[in-house]
Amino acid sequence: MLLALWASCVLAQDPVLERRVTNLSHELRCLVCQNQTLADSNAPLAIDLRNQIREQLAAGKSERDVVDFMVARYGDFVLYRPPLKGSTILLWAGPFAFVVVGFTLLVRVVRRRRIAAPQLSDAERSRAAKLLE
Amino acid sequence: MKRALWTLGVFVALVALLAVGLRLNPREVPSPLIGKPAPPFELPLLTEPDKRFSQKDMLGKVWIMNVWASWCPPCLVEHPVVTQISRSGIAPVVGLNYKDARDDALPWLKRNGNPYQLIVFDANGRIGIDYGVYGVPETYVIDRKGVIRYKHIGPLSADVVKQKVEPLVKQLNSGG
Repeated sequence: MLLALWASCVLAQDPVLERRVTNLSHELRCLVCQNQTLADSNAPLAIDLRNQIREQLAAGKSERDVVDFMVARYGDFVLYRPPLKGSTILLWAGPFAFVVVGFTLLVRVVRRRRIAAPQLSDAERSRAAKLLE
Repeated sequence: MKRALWTLGVFVALVALLAVGLRLNPREVPSPLIGKPAPPFELPLLTEPDKRFSQKDMLGKVWIMNVWASWCPPCLVEHPVVTQISRSGIAPVVGLNYKDARDDALPWLKRNGNPYQLIVFDANGRIGIDYGVYGVPETYVIDRKGVIRYKHIGPLSADVVKQKVEPLVKQLNSGG
């Protein structure tokens, strides 16, 4: 117990490791308070998971390994940046699709307006010219 | 006319999207553990600290693992339902006491009754992490080969038990 306490103090003093832990916890979602990252959350589970990240990085595992560890347990949802795959294609392509659809509609509306611009007859034109004199 | 139809179409599509989207429960994160072997553990029992239990001890049986804690109000809410499952005898119910203290958990059981065949004690929540626990209570159905077949997050209701847990356990027990 004391040894563990001592070990965690030593670990917490390693600034490089701490930076890696913080960086990684910004990429992972706290599942209790779902719109926060692990870094932002103080939920007990978030604290446990941050300790888990710290332990694993300290044991020489890579960021990739830790992310895989989390995904194996909590699914893709734990990633703040979801991976591009079949089930998330709408999420990634959706905004672009909206831009394309919006732009197409805009072009159509503008074109229609141009065609619908009022055409003056000769009589109206001469009347307008008279009024302007 | 055509324009009105278009507008109506877009409107209906939007309503349909919202009708589906707003009904999804964002708390229900699909577990990647379904269909995977139950993560291994060997933990002391809550009631008898010198005895240990491993998920391997249940191989050959269909069983239910229920994650609970005395500090968790929804666990008290589902307690009658868990008791009901246990009484019905469809499958042994093992408790995983999650991030709790013996001094709190044991009196809780005394007050409310102990529906579990046995309870393992996961004091630091390390095994909870392996099982992807993020909201206690959680319930797992594990088959004879030790594979997780179902996971329920949040308090069990009588409906969930009747519609999901019971049929699944029966199907698994009859060799499925």
